[in-house]
Amino acid sequence: MEKHHYTQEINITDALMARINELVSHYPADKKKSALIPVLHEVQDAHDNWLSIELQNKVAELLEIKPIEVYEVVTFYTMFNQRPVGKYMLEFCQTSPCCQRGVEDLMDYTCQKLNVGIAEPTADGLFEVRGVECLGACGYAPMLQLGDYYHEHLTKEKIDQLIDDCKTGDITFYDK
Amino acid sequence: MGRKILLDKINVPGIKSYEVYRREGGYASVEKALKMTPEAIIEEVKTSGLRGRGGAGFPVGMKWSFIDKKSGKPRHLVCNADESEPGTFKDRYLMEYIPHLLIEGMITSSIALEANLSYIYIRGEYMWVFKTLERAIKEAYAAGWLGKNIQGSGYDLDLHVHCGAGAYICGEETALIESLEGKRGNPRLKPPFPAISGLWANPTVVNNVESIAAVPWIINNSGADYAAIGIGRSTGTKLISASGNIKKPGVYEIELGISVEEFINSDEYCGGMETDRPLKALVPGGSSVPILPAHLIYKTANGDDRLMTYESLSDGGFATGSMLGSGGFIVYDDRACIVRNTWNFARFYHHESCGQCTPCREGTGWLEKVLWRIENGQGREEDIELLWSIQSKIEGNTICPLGDAASWPVAAAIRHFREEFEYHVRFPEKIKNRDHFTHEPFDKVRHLVAPQNV
Ligand SMILES: Cc1cc2nc3c(=O)[nH]c(=O)nc-3n(C[C@H](O)[C@H](O)[C@H](O)COP(=O)(O)O)c2cc1C
Ligand code: SF4
Ligand code: FES
Repeated sequence: MEKHHYTQEINITDALMARINELVSHYPADKKKSALIPVLHEVQDAHDNWLSIELQNKVAELLEIKPIEVYEVVTFYTMFNQRPVGKYMLEFCQTSPCCQRGVEDLMDYTCQKLNVGIAEPTADGLFEVRGVECLGACGYAPMLQLGDYYHEHLTKEKIDQLIDDCKTGDITFYDK
Repeated sequence: MGRKILLDKINVPGIKSYEVYRREGGYASVEKALKMTPEAIIEEVKTSGLRGRGGAGFPVGMKWSFIDKKSGKPRHLVCNADESEPGTFKDRYLMEYIPHLLIEGMITSSIALEANLSYIYIRGEYMWVFKTLERAIKEAYAAGWLGKNIQGSGYDLDLHVHCGAGAYICGEETALIESLEGKRGNPRLKPPFPAISGLWANPTVVNNVESIAAVPWIINNSGADYAAIGIGRSTGTKLISASGNIKKPGVYEIELGISVEEFINSDEYCGGMETDRPLKALVPGGSSVPILPAHLIYKTANGDDRLMTYESLSDGGFATGSMLGSGGFIVYDDRACIVRNTWNFARFYHHESCGQCTPCREGTGWLEKVLWRIENGQGREEDIELLWSIQSKIEGNTICPLGDAASWPVAAAIRHFREEFEYHVRFPEKIKNRDHFTHEPFDKVRHLVAPQNV
């Protein structure tokens, strides 16, 4: 993908600020930085599941740390996205135990159905398929993660249903 | 039926809630521990023989006795709920269905360590479990098991749950501590060990979810009762995450000491092979431990029954044994391709290397690349020696054990399945499809590469 500077509208609502304050209260007063990862999750969830540089700077300001300290973390952890992503990100576990139960065929099926490759959002920005590493659901394979939730014992029919539900918006994907 | 210590209440309706958990006898160990001296609690856990369930199997009571109480610095207990070792999903099961057991264990264990601020570090992908734990912790505060002056004892404890964001390496205890401090998950050089200088340079103990969850039973009953279960130095019960080509994948609590054969074939556990195809290989303790070929699964090289214990699974060392590890028990039938599977794990370790040490950062990339080329019919005969040499240069030359964990599966695959590598290199046209062994299992073509006996 070409280098591109993506921008996003920043909106730290009162509810989000209250949640951030709650998370910060879990650490000693002089260890605010410890709240960084939990806070980034909340902020990302409230901003279409990605973190622009401007938003990362905002988090640095809120936690009274340097912007570089936020960048270091955002670039290290795979759950933080640095560019806009498909609204419904279908993250298939592609580690060995899931492969033993047929996940590779299901990923091919899903990509064909949505007419995309791995990690490229659909043209309408609605879906994105990704391969990720073991999600701790090996006994319920094949599986994928969508937002906060796991979808396990997958079949082609279940994937069809899931995609339909996403299209009609008939799905909860954050546990708030 | 084997004894259940961790999962005996898991099917009680409503056990997720505080009321039901308490009604079923929950939090009794906290009441008891508050009347004991910290030393007596540690002694009880030592007597139990409980070994760390995160993978390394280090005795829990002994680890606790190392925590620095003399310096007067604040102490912390940190629960390792990062659970990212491929094949392992037992901690999630406990936390999701009986969250108060972990919270009770955290309180009882914190009392022993005289810690006043403790954390549960959970992987970021388990977000709904994070929320479950947050709610359970709120209930425990409301019922007076957390906070100031717990149950009028004068003891204060705050407990919080903290989430990661997708990085296997944060399961390594010092990387976990870095991550909890809001940094990248780069493991620290040891010494100093966390028991002396851990979270915010304070004395810290890091223990796995399952280790902590066993503590309430030990305190409620006794260390000796716990030690009476199991065999030798493998005491108590263990959660096994069973996956792969078996009839009933899932989490099972076993008494340590049952046979591997019973575990795979009995209806109480895995229920036999998925489609009755032959058993080809077993990874008994998570992706990091050596893979065992069929003839070394039910019996050790000496012909003894292979048991589900730390000792029996490692019998024969790396030449003919493996490890109990985290209990991530992955079963492969004859459709599995060992080369493809080894590549899959190598990709995992390459992806998860934190990049601090050159042998691990570069070596894992090389392993992935060479394995990929063999699996895709572009391998050369020398590649097998190349793989051997790369893995041997990573092992033992890195800051943390991830380097070893990346090397061992490759070494074991070559040691036990060399002919399969040779087949890939010599017959590229036969392995074009990724499911090449589904229709023609390796046993049917082995004669093409097997050394001729004259
Ligand atoms: C790369 C790596 C990953 C690890 N992942 C985990 C993990 O996910 N969970 C865990 O409990 N221990 C994990 N460990 C082991 C921890 O470093 C540590 O030994 C363990 O949490 C101690 O707890 P225990 O003694 O109760 O087992 C990992 C170790 C390494 C080197
Ligand atoms: S061995 Fe690998 S994961 Fe561990 S510290 Fe070194 S580079 Fe990082
Ligand atoms: S291998 Fe897919 S969830 Fe573990």
